[in-house]
Amino acid sequence: MPRSFAFLCCGLTLALAVQPVVAQEQPIAFIGARVIPVAGPELPNGTVVIHQGKVMAVGASGSVTIPDGAERRDVTGLVLMPGLVDSHSHVGGVAGADGTSPIQGDVRAMDAIDVRAASIDKARAGGITTVNVMPGSGHLMSGQTAYLKLRDGRTIDDLLLCTEGADPICGGMKMANGTNSQRAAPFPGTRGKSAALVREVFVKAQEYRAKVTAAGGDAAKLPPRDLELEAIGEVLDGRRVVHHHTHRHDDILTVLRLREEFGFRLVLHHISEGWKVADEIAAAGVASSVIVIDAPGGKLEAIDLSFETGKAVDEAGGLVGFHTDDGITDSRFFLRSAALAVRAGMDRQQAIEAVTIANARMLDLGDRVGTLAVGRDADLIVLSGDPFSVRTLVLETWVEGARLFDRSRPDDRLIAEGGWGAGDDAAMHVHADLEGHD
Amino acid sequence: MRNRILLAALLILPATLSAQMVVTADTLWTMTGPPIADAVVVIGPGGRIIAIGPREGTPIPRDATVRHAQHVTPGFIDAHTVVGLAGYLNQPHDQDQLETSDPIQPELRAVDAYNAREALVDWQRRFGTTTMHTGHGPGALASGQTMLVKTRGESVAEAVMVPAVAVAMTLGPDVSANFSGKSPGTRSKGIAMLRATFIAAREYAAKRAAEPGTPRNLRLEAMASVLNGDLAALITANTVVDILGALRLQAEFGFRLILDGAAESHQVADRIAAAGVPVILHPTMARHGGVMKNAAFTTLRTLHDAGVRVALQSGHEGYVPKTRLPLFEAAVATAFGSSRQEALAAITIDAARVLGIEGRVGSLAVGMDGDLVLFDGDPTEYLSHVCAVLIEGVLVSDGCH
Repeated sequence: MPRSFAFLCCGLTLALAVQPVVAQEQPIAFIGARVIPVAGPELPNGTVVIHQGKVMAVGASGSVTIPDGAERRDVTGLVLMPGLVDSHSHVGGVAGADGTSPIQGDVRAMDAIDVRAASIDKARAGGITTVNVMPGSGHLMSGQTAYLKLRDGRTIDDLLLCTEGADPICGGMKMANGTNSQRAAPFPGTRGKSAALVREVFVKAQEYRAKVTAAGGDAAKLPPRDLELEAIGEVLDGRRVVHHHTHRHDDILTVLRLREEFGFRLVLHHISEGWKVADEIAAAGVASSVIVIDAPGGKLEAIDLSFETGKAVDEAGGLVGFHTDDGITDSRFFLRSAALAVRAGMDRQQAIEAVTIANARMLDLGDRVGTLAVGRDADLIVLSGDPFSVRTLVLETWVEGARLFDRSRPDDRLIAEGGWGAGDDAAMHVHADLEGHD
Repeated sequence: MRNRILLAALLILPATLSAQMVVTADTLWTMTGPPIADAVVVIGPGGRIIAIGPREGTPIPRDATVRHAQHVTPGFIDAHTVVGLAGYLNQPHDQDQLETSDPIQPELRAVDAYNAREALVDWQRRFGTTTMHTGHGPGALASGQTMLVKTRGESVAEAVMVPAVAVAMTLGPDVSANFSGKSPGTRSKGIAMLRATFIAAREYAAKRAAEPGTPRNLRLEAMASVLNGDLAALITANTVVDILGALRLQAEFGFRLILDGAAESHQVADRIAAAGVPVILHPTMARHGGVMKNAAFTTLRTLHDAGVRVALQSGHEGYVPKTRLPLFEAAVATAFGSSRQEALAAITIDAARVLGIEGRVGSLAVGMDGDLVLFDGDPTEYLSHVCAVLIEGVLVSDGCH
């Protein structure tokens, strides 16, 4: 793959270099909150120190050394936890593949995201600091997803989260099966055809990869570049994770079967009927990003949707996260998804992890975000109360040491509550075409 | 899902045989005043409340079946939904909420399309909804009639409470989208068409009164029922322009107006209050797109402050979730300025007042229907559960959800 990334790598290197995020010069100490570090037990009266956009210290108040010159913020009576990680969202006006074919692995979400969209502001108002922005589910493969840190950036390059090195990966690969990706040819009309088309392209990618390997770096022997097969090659190499929309129990098993055959890394998304095959999901060792919706149905594949899916997969031993699928659910109600799962019996700590570190792991970002631990990104949210109370509000959202949402500011409050002007941007970009997005 | 529906159906039968049902509560939300601590509700064999009050002074009949709960509320009223006409499969065969052959069809009756066995009825019931104002949905100038049902029974006859309540009307661009290529293509055209229909209905009614042999016209008959007050005009209007359009129509024709949706009502709350018009507000968590782009989570509070009578609804969803739940929509309102009492009122006593059924449901007092919801904690909290639901003293949902 090295040649294939020549352009991409240089563009991103440049982008990282011009990142406008101002280094956080003065240390900040948040003192007195109930701290939910996720990485360890809760601290009833904790202190968190951040500096240069990273977490410097976390501990019981009094036991943590607060650096000289630090800004001290009294957050007594409030709750402090890591910024939320949403493993499946459509904020930023994202679009992916077009209507010409069912498999378009060459298409990149990053080429279609408006980071100034109101939906991104609303996500911050909901406490979300890291998000996987995905193309829709109307295709077997609708394109490469984009992992974003919701920094106060002006361009997509300011927000993209990419792997280190010369050959960075900045997202996963969105795939789907079931009815959303079925329609008139050249799209598949049946489930069998859907799987066959996917197998066919993965076999091609295997062959392409073999030719690249055989060339041994000799440019003359390389096959002509194929952007789609390059991207699927990254999937086969385990560098790009497959994020797979799937609802029905048998469709979930089909995804597991394809993974068995081609060995890709996988996160299952939505899994409305995941509770029926929780053991199989856990046994396969794949992660699940679960949607929580207020009622079953709305589409045939979701008629057996249950609030208990998170609990069922978690108790079977699978890694569980939740997602907003914004605009299917609003980013400002992300914590509610976890709360409803707890209502249905899910373990509280697991539900907290399901909106933080579990999702971070699904995006290969578990060593950067999702917990409050020394050295992690200083992404944190200040809540007015318990994360699972209906009356708890996100008061502040901090991204890499910068306070980017502050409910006490009128403009931010408008974003948080809605009202005149809060909808000026096309925040509901997926609303006009909900079919094919969930 | 299907098994759960069957179970709910089976539960109804034996319970009808019991003589008296008693519910005791640590906290009883009567909705006629502040909650009562350590209270008792006695429901007689007729399904009405025959005694209610603090445990001390409210004797429990010896042969009664007794259930206890931490919190008890009246059964919830979904002040506007399409559940029962719209089904959870979301396939053409279970979507009867909007007929698009003509933008004005007030003669369509809700009783002719309500499926009492629809899974979403069961879903609503298990989360405490005992009364639904359902019927033809938003999306046409006049899409048809609405009705009131209890969330019970296996047929519309067993469910129905009031067979015709309102004619559902809609103003704004969503109508034009549903009738593309036909009129109304604009807001003004839609209002003109409705005015012409009301005038025709007025003339029709006058002619029928003067000449009894005049042939019946079901369409004009339904519109005349709005003009004479037998039916309300339930007008879905979300933008300021459309809300003012609805008020203008009401001023011209003098019908009984209920404003529905009302996403931008926070901008004209004083006008709505001055007109004395009640509002069935969109679900608190309605998505903020299209005509809802300026909706706010705080509007229940804003309308209360302006003195508007306001109910909350589960609304109409085209995709997922196929329905919302009144309980959750009220609960979220408590995070955005409304007290628990105010938020619960919007799905109980205030909803009943908006719909004119406050003499039967929406509060707990002697003579009211024995429709109760039993909780294991604060009704508005995410982590509490609805553990039992009674309709007229009959257990219709058992088990914590």
